[in-house]
Amino acid sequence: MAFLHNLGTVCILIGVPFFVSGTVGLLRFPDIYTRLHALTKADNVGLGFVVLGLALQAEQWNTVARLLLIWLLVLIGSSASCHLVARAALRKKIQPWSRS
Amino acid sequence: MTSVMSFFDIMLVLALPWLGWRLLASPDLFRAVVLFISLGLLMSLTWVRLHAPDVALAEAAIGAGLTGALFLSALRRLERMQDSERRLDYAEKREEERQAPPARRRRSKPIAYGLALLLLVFFLVLLGWSLVKTSVSPGGLGPAVTGQMGQTGVQSQVTAVLLNFRGYDTLLEVMVLFLAALGSWSLTRIRQPLPEEVAAPVLASLVRLLVPLMIIVAGYLVWIGSSRAGGAFQGGAVLGAAGVLLLLADVTVVRQIPSALLRWALVLGPLLFLLSAIACMWIGGNLLEYPRQSAGAWILLIESATAVSIGVTLAALYAGGRPLEPSALEEAGEVASESGGDEGEGE
Repeated sequence: MAFLHNLGTVCILIGVPFFVSGTVGLLRFPDIYTRLHALTKADNVGLGFVVLGLALQAEQWNTVARLLLIWLLVLIGSSASCHLVARAALRKKIQPWSRS
Repeated sequence: MTSVMSFFDIMLVLALPWLGWRLLASPDLFRAVVLFISLGLLMSLTWVRLHAPDVALAEAAIGAGLTGALFLSALRRLERMQDSERRLDYAEKREEERQAPPARRRRSKPIAYGLALLLLVFFLVLLGWSLVKTSVSPGGLGPAVTGQMGQTGVQSQVTAVLLNFRGYDTLLEVMVLFLAALGSWSLTRIRQPLPEEVAAPVLASLVRLLVPLMIIVAGYLVWIGSSRAGGAFQGGAVLGAAGVLLLLADVTVVRQIPSALLRWALVLGPLLFLLSAIACMWIGGNLLEYPRQSAGAWILLIESATAVSIGVTLAALYAGGRPLEPSALEEAGEVASESGGDEGEGE
């Protein structure tokens, strides 16, 4: 059990830098599209690792099921809202950033 | 582990007032709304840290979620107003004000500020005074509540307080929400949905996926409220959020709900609450004094009805006005289809 617990902690620690880099991307990237990219990509993987770690540490199966459900819902929610925000931005005729 | 958590708590304590200040100081309304939503989320985390999951759920669903959506819808309405002729009225008014004699202009503002300050001080003193005057036993009301839990018909102390010990207060809260919906229906009609040039397929399938799930969650929250965190307000807020999603996706079925049905759904909770309050007197107790053996059933009935009404009320507030009458609806539909609306009606 202790092994699984430690493995879970490692997974959570792997997941956290994804959140940090996603946040840095949100703050540093030049326009809305690149920021969305940073945010959703990083958060999805980061949350995946955090959920995996918590599931390994969970004591009951129904907790694992709930964590998986949360992960799935956040995946659906964040990808859909990312799409909607980008769509709204495109319809407002916001030009994607380019280096020139 | 405790040091990590206290670090987290300190961050929360620092972040909350900072966010509050930023949102009040922001000249950009959209940014203020976004900051308000973040404030609500952090506030909900704070409630979790204070071991108040009921309040945390309500704050996340109502404070951060639905109030944010309400603000955004109000903002969109403001933006649209600025494009229409209202803007002219406003500009004229401003111009009039500017041309008024300077002596009259200058005096009005300090008086208003002074009055506001006076009221604020008055209420602060009143609040402080009532705080001093109220005698609180050493353990707070906790022991009193724990001692009487056997008679309430529920296992959750929060629900026992909300629906049993101070049911009168909750009845008034439900009435306040009802009044809010009544007010918005009296003042405005629902705004015309803008015909979309391109339907949003992702939003439509998201709604199809999430709305049934949200209804289940709402029912679960109301049901679990008798023994753990949850209850009518939390369940109702989730229902309201489902309603907002349906409105956002502009599902045709929602627009075709007859207005009478909506009215009954709005009234259902307050009416049932009031009727049970009176029924309790009829049976021979005081107002809202449920019979001991069946108190749990009474509370569940009232909570289910109020959850439905709270959900409909919040969604109606988001829609921002009373629904169009069927005749007007057909007209609007014709206009929309004439002005190039595509398969938006074909859902």
